Amino acid sequence: MSAASVSGNVIRKYLPVYFVLIGIFLVEVFLSFRIAATSTLVVVLLLLAICSAGLGLMYFMHLAQERRSLFLTLIPATIFVLLMMNMFWGDSVRLLHLRSMGQ
Amino acid sequence: MSESEAAVHGHGDFLEESPYAIPSRKFTMWLFIISDAVTFGAFLMAYGYLRVGTPNWVRPFESNSVLNVIIMTVVLITSSLTMLGAVDAAKVGDKGKAMKFLFSTMALGAIFAALHLREWFELFGRGITIGSGLFGQTFFTITGLHLLHVISGVIALLVVAVKYSRGRLTPSHVETTGLYWHFVDLVWMFVVPLVYLTNIAH
Repeated sequence: MSAASVSGNVIRKYLPVYFVLIGIFLVEVFLSFRIAATSTLVVVLLLLAICSAGLGLMYFMHLAQERRSLFLTLIPATIFVLLMMNMFWGDSVRLLHLRSMGQ
Repeated sequence: MSESEAAVHGHGDFLEESPYAIPSRKFTMWLFIISDAVTFGAFLMAYGYLRVGTPNWVRPFESNSVLNVIIMTVVLITSSLTMLGAVDAAKVGDKGKAMKFLFSTMALGAIFAALHLREWFELFGRGITIGSGLFGQTFFTITGLHLLHVISGVIALLVVAVKYSRGRLTPSHVETTGLYWHFVDLVWMFVVPLVYLTNIAH
């Protein structure tokens, strides 16, 4: 097999992932016009974004093909840090209520 | 191996194999990506905090902005695909094809940046700037940080492409730069829904 034909195959190989990513994004756009409640919309969009990011991470960045030790070193710690940041949400809702009480 | 032999032959035999089985360059890029992901996470979290805690949040995006964002996103995801082609072509030693894919990726990155700036100038025209309230501050900070990453990525790709074509860099360098480029794409997948799609004028 020539070098050129090998390098052409990778595009074909990842084309399904590409179309799934585009599809997920178009679903996000569609839902942003359909769902009026912001909190519901944010949750749904975040879940879809996590799916897209997971696909990008595993296939475009080839994390699925690396050793599991790399995945276990990087991803759980990152998720832990990002989840810990969510502690602020409660305070933001409190801020909203304080503002409405003050008016 | 004695110490004197190690002094002559190096310390390779004393070193354990990397538990990740990847070059240190690539692992360093992964560590950078993780730290950058947390930075973007903090910015998006700060945006969310202000978004939830502020009544009457500005929702400036109309259908033309949404169409612009759709084009920008398709362009950026396509650039990830061309980057995959560049990395693969470099790995199999097809330098000509790798260069074509690298320049395609750079062109798509430049188109993305131009569309981004067009969006910004449209908002400036409507009086929304970084100094015009919480929406402007958070929007221009987050998208500006992302745009900075895209522009840096295009410059990095240009440097790597030129040096790779002259034989001064290896396919491993192309692969490491590719990782960064995919990360820029990955961040955009969170920026669009949170910053654009939740702020569409209904």
